[in-house]
Amino acid sequence: MGRYIVQRIIYMIVTMFVIVALTFFSMKLLPGTPYKNQEKLSPEMIELLNHKYGLDKPLPVQFVKYVGDLLKGDLGVSFQFDGRPVTEIIGERLPVSADLGFEAMVIGLVFGLLLGIIAGLRRNTVWDYGSMIVAVIGVSVPSFVLAQLMQYYFAVKHHWLPVAYWEGPAYHILPDIALGFGPVATIARYMRTAMVDTLNQDYIEMARAKGLSRPAVTFKHAVRNSLIPIVTIVGPMAVNLMTGVLVIENIFAIPGIGDQFVTSVYTNDYPMIMGTTIMYSVAFIVVVFIVDLLYGVIDPRIRLAGGES
Amino acid sequence: MMAVSKKEITQDMFQPAVIDKSLQEQVSGPSIGFWSDGFRRLRKNKAAMVSAFIILLIVIMALVGPHMSKYGIDDQDLKRSNLPPRISALANIHWLPFDGKNEQGVDVYKERGIKQDLWFGADKLGRDLWTRVWKGTQISLFIAVVAAAADLIIGVAYGGISAYFGGQVDNIMQRILEVLNGIPNLVIIILLIIVMQPGIPAIILAIAMTGWIGMARIIRGEVLKLKNLEFVLAARTLGASDSRIISKHMVPNTMSMIIIHTMFSVPGAIFFEAFLSFIGLGLQPPKASLGVLINEGYKMLSLHPYQALFPGVIISLLLICFNIFGDGLRDAFDPKLRQ
Repeated sequence: MGRYIVQRIIYMIVTMFVIVALTFFSMKLLPGTPYKNQEKLSPEMIELLNHKYGLDKPLPVQFVKYVGDLLKGDLGVSFQFDGRPVTEIIGERLPVSADLGFEAMVIGLVFGLLLGIIAGLRRNTVWDYGSMIVAVIGVSVPSFVLAQLMQYYFAVKHHWLPVAYWEGPAYHILPDIALGFGPVATIARYMRTAMVDTLNQDYIEMARAKGLSRPAVTFKHAVRNSLIPIVTIVGPMAVNLMTGVLVIENIFAIPGIGDQFVTSVYTNDYPMIMGTTIMYSVAFIVVVFIVDLLYGVIDPRIRLAGGES
Repeated sequence: MMAVSKKEITQDMFQPAVIDKSLQEQVSGPSIGFWSDGFRRLRKNKAAMVSAFIILLIVIMALVGPHMSKYGIDDQDLKRSNLPPRISALANIHWLPFDGKNEQGVDVYKERGIKQDLWFGADKLGRDLWTRVWKGTQISLFIAVVAAAADLIIGVAYGGISAYFGGQVDNIMQRILEVLNGIPNLVIIILLIIVMQPGIPAIILAIAMTGWIGMARIIRGEVLKLKNLEFVLAARTLGASDSRIISKHMVPNTMSMIIIHTMFSVPGAIFFEAFLSFIGLGLQPPKASLGVLINEGYKMLSLHPYQALFPGVIISLLLICFNIFGDGLRDAFDPKLRQ
């Protein structure tokens, strides 16, 4: 276990280094200079500015400085917000996104498990088919299409819920559902398969033969054992949510990191894009790492070293 | 005696059958191969067949649709600006959006004196949405198919080489893969598109660069399993070259996995293209793709919801059908599910 963790951490560092190098050199490939009003600047002035910011040094030297700044937590300043540090903007907006993502995840888990359990218990009935139709739709329909549909129907047309912004519980409903529908569908599908598998096991028959009540068999034996494969998909799903957050925040004008990111793309705010990218990568890598560790804790059958294929 | 014993069975009525050794191997009934068995199973799956039919229909419309309207994808006419959809034959069915009336219930066609039906309406610049939606579907499908094909080629080559040669080659290639896999797709795609000009090549490259890893892993697993089987050993003992073993033994035996995985990477690519166009990193107007159209329609959502409706419905239908068909293919061909 200890060896595995060390090995994984080394991989994480290498991966992070590759990402930082990629972002750094992509920035250098961009045309133009990082200065405002560059057409008004004479070549001499640009040279002076370059010297001031260390941009006249060879690329490897600049790269070392960039990595050094990064390790100190300095991501540069935003073009768009007149020199506010990128880290400050991220720190301000991250909690909102985390809130949205967490709520969507909870919705996904609660309704996904419920649908999956019902479908698995009532196999080949209307309940099963209904749940699986919902699941296929949820897996397929892009969250931004669903979000628009709900926003139009529930907010614009019928005024039942607020159209946008992030101010009170009512404002959370539409974005949470739009973002959480995909996870509901994915979890429901996996849970159904797991339930069907588990219910065919000998120990379920044994439990029934012993005369345990139906709820006891269902919840103590079937559901608990079916939950193991669910843990394996929660990690990738959290990562998918991070992608979904980008568009959902944009559609509902939620002041989170995803909305900021889309705006930065439109306004060519490169330091902001790079800062968000690096933050996103760190979050991604850490989530995947934690989930991998969790597998081993929950299901001892999984070999952590990951043998052949 | 002969007359009486007509029914009596005597020994001399029998004669020994000729034992034909060549017939011993003959099996009655035609043998059912892997492929025909799979297709038979697939044909029985009604949902998958309906999905395949809908996909086919959308593909045909994507090719034919843009030619059915007399307007091109960038023919602007402000007289037709934000014109609601109208199909005269369906105008009386109130729950369909084809009555030519806007959100206030005003018949815009009558108001502006337009005779010609625009089946899907027009956008704010008066461009015919029928042409744009089908042209957009065509472009989205094209991007998805090319990206999936690139995934397939890179993934199969990488996974195959890694597993087939094994040892140090495998070790190094897997370590590289592990690092690449740690980088979120979105980061690669965004960096690539910021550096390249947003456009079809950049999107295809971005989707292909991130999509092949899954394929490579599956192929590696399959080849690792296959290469230790007797028939491969036999081929090698008989002196077959590496290229012959790969093309005659490895590829046909992994084909079902490759097809299934490709069937799932196409909808993935359709989704990613739409996603990128939606956040402004995809195709740029006046070019149309489903993502661009959804994004343009979204800007008019509160006033003219039909503009987002048609591309939204088509992309949803496409993705649902690809997923159901992919599930059907997997159930029909995945050897693990066979009993």
